[in-house]
Amino acid sequence: MAGPAIALILVFVIAPFFLAVGFSFTNQRLVSPNPAEFTGLSNYRQLLGMGVLHLDPLKDAAGAVVLDDQGQPKLPELRKITRKNPDYPQFDGMREWFSWASGEGRTYVLACDVVFMTAIINTFIFVLVVAPLQGGLALGLALLINQRLRGINVFRAIYFMPVVVSIVVVSLLWSFIYDQREGILNNLLSALSFGTMPRVDWLGNPSTALGAIIFMSVWQAVGFHMVIWLSGLQTISPTLYEAGAIEGASKWQTFRYITWPGLRNTAVLVLVVITMQAFGLFSQIDVMTKGGPLDSTQTIVFQAIQRGYGKQDISAGSAISVILFVIVLSVSLIQRYLTREKA
Amino acid sequence: MAQISQDNRGLRLVVRYTVLCLIAAIFSFPLIFMIISSLKPSSQLLADAHSFRALLPVGDISLQNYFDAFKRAPVALFVFNSVLVTGVTVIASLALCSAAAFAFTFVHWKGRDLALTVILATLIVPFETIAIPLLLESSKLPWIGAGGITWGWLNSYRVQIVPFIADGLTIYLFVQYFKDLPAELIEAARVEGASWFAIYRRIVMPLSGPVLATAAILKFLAMYNQYLWPIMVTQEEQYRPVMVGLQYFFQLNRAWGEIMAYLSLITVPVLAFYLYLQKAFIASIASTGVKG
Repeated sequence: MAGPAIALILVFVIAPFFLAVGFSFTNQRLVSPNPAEFTGLSNYRQLLGMGVLHLDPLKDAAGAVVLDDQGQPKLPELRKITRKNPDYPQFDGMREWFSWASGEGRTYVLACDVVFMTAIINTFIFVLVVAPLQGGLALGLALLINQRLRGINVFRAIYFMPVVVSIVVVSLLWSFIYDQREGILNNLLSALSFGTMPRVDWLGNPSTALGAIIFMSVWQAVGFHMVIWLSGLQTISPTLYEAGAIEGASKWQTFRYITWPGLRNTAVLVLVVITMQAFGLFSQIDVMTKGGPLDSTQTIVFQAIQRGYGKQDISAGSAISVILFVIVLSVSLIQRYLTREKA
Repeated sequence: MAQISQDNRGLRLVVRYTVLCLIAAIFSFPLIFMIISSLKPSSQLLADAHSFRALLPVGDISLQNYFDAFKRAPVALFVFNSVLVTGVTVIASLALCSAAAFAFTFVHWKGRDLALTVILATLIVPFETIAIPLLLESSKLPWIGAGGITWGWLNSYRVQIVPFIADGLTIYLFVQYFKDLPAELIEAARVEGASWFAIYRRIVMPLSGPVLATAAILKFLAMYNQYLWPIMVTQEEQYRPVMVGLQYFFQLNRAWGEIMAYLSLITVPVLAFYLYLQKAFIASIASTGVKG
């Protein structure tokens, strides 16, 4: 009786997983007249290749530093090193990711795929902000909803409401709220500040776009984890709270010594689930920003889809998928290790 | 401690309810705004966004945006596709996953524990990491239809349904629930010579109302709200679900009235369904966490 379900999982979950690993070592395309060839690690090298390079200022025949028009020391051109330079084969095709001044010259960190590097960084920022923010707010809401008050179920139902709405719908709705000229958020801020606050192009500005998407994502999903916290809260025995009250425990002491220890398993679950969901960030990006402005909202999954589907480059998309899987697996193993039951 | 005056208690209640209401406003205002705006012409919608009128059904109220949305895109087709794909997947998923969980819980067979371990291990594989190879695989799969064997599943209903019928989470939910059923009941039926299928059909399924509701709600939400997969596999309009249909509305000159009408149209039925079955929805999410 388990046969059909096992067969479907084998074909549609386990096989694609191993295909992803396999394709990532080839040049497989979605549609191609030529059979795919084994290319070894070249996809991974194209995505993750990095190098560090230090350039010293140019010196003239007398050994003095050459200055440019602005009077700054003149550095050799980076492009001449990364474009087919036989002296530096390891930097071929790389571009500057970031750099800083060091000594008289500059140190450059070069990457084969600067956009993908940005996508990895953005995804980590998203996860590192969303996991504690959403988990913490959800716990706060759960504690608030766990009171015995008349009509509390109505509030619980309202807080949970955005969870049942598609993230695609939410993204399009919020792109109106965030709009620079017409958006409600700017209208509200401008009214509250009596018109002194400038109107911000929340999604069009590289310094605010990712933050705007983070805020909206938390708004949509926080009710989900509120309910999980709530179910954890309800497993804590009331006799513990009675004992605490008899001992005269303060609110904070009650939380610290009764509630929080009772929520240990729930906390691990919430953390792991939010992290896994956050690494999958895609729909918000696709609807709201398409990775822009200036790649400030590029994410790992958005890159995987853009290449695997958009450019029909299955092998690069697969390699990104494998990289994502390794990241998610390592992070959740680390989380489990750090939150393990201490014997 | 117990000498808090009557006044003080009243004040604290007011504060509590004020906090609860403020938070409720944050969660509900975008959705109220969406529904109210869907009834207003775009020009009024933009003007009203500057005041509380944004949340009030005032001025020129009509269903015109809805008619316009139907003119812009084949909305009825998208709704039909979504209902079909979601409905078939939910029903097939309940049947196959509960049967599998039954076999994992009550029947002893070789390789059972290994198979269950592998299925539970798939829970840590996010769908996003298999989407791209699954796309290629789906483009090459065979299908036996009226016209013989055809190759390639892209642009079809089956490519949106079959890969999502069996999943680790649904099987896990059923296994957890079945473990708590009284084992004596099943043993007694075996002693009396009932077949495994009869036990599944006549004894276990009738006792499984709560877990069926839970699994159905979670699957329904996941399927109806799917976006990443259908945008890749439905290049042809004929098979597109409602979430892909959204793309017809976000062109350069956005007609916000129509957008709000379309968003409301595809969201309000789900919200109504949720508010009606609110306890079951919340219980279903909670049950994914209890045993974690």
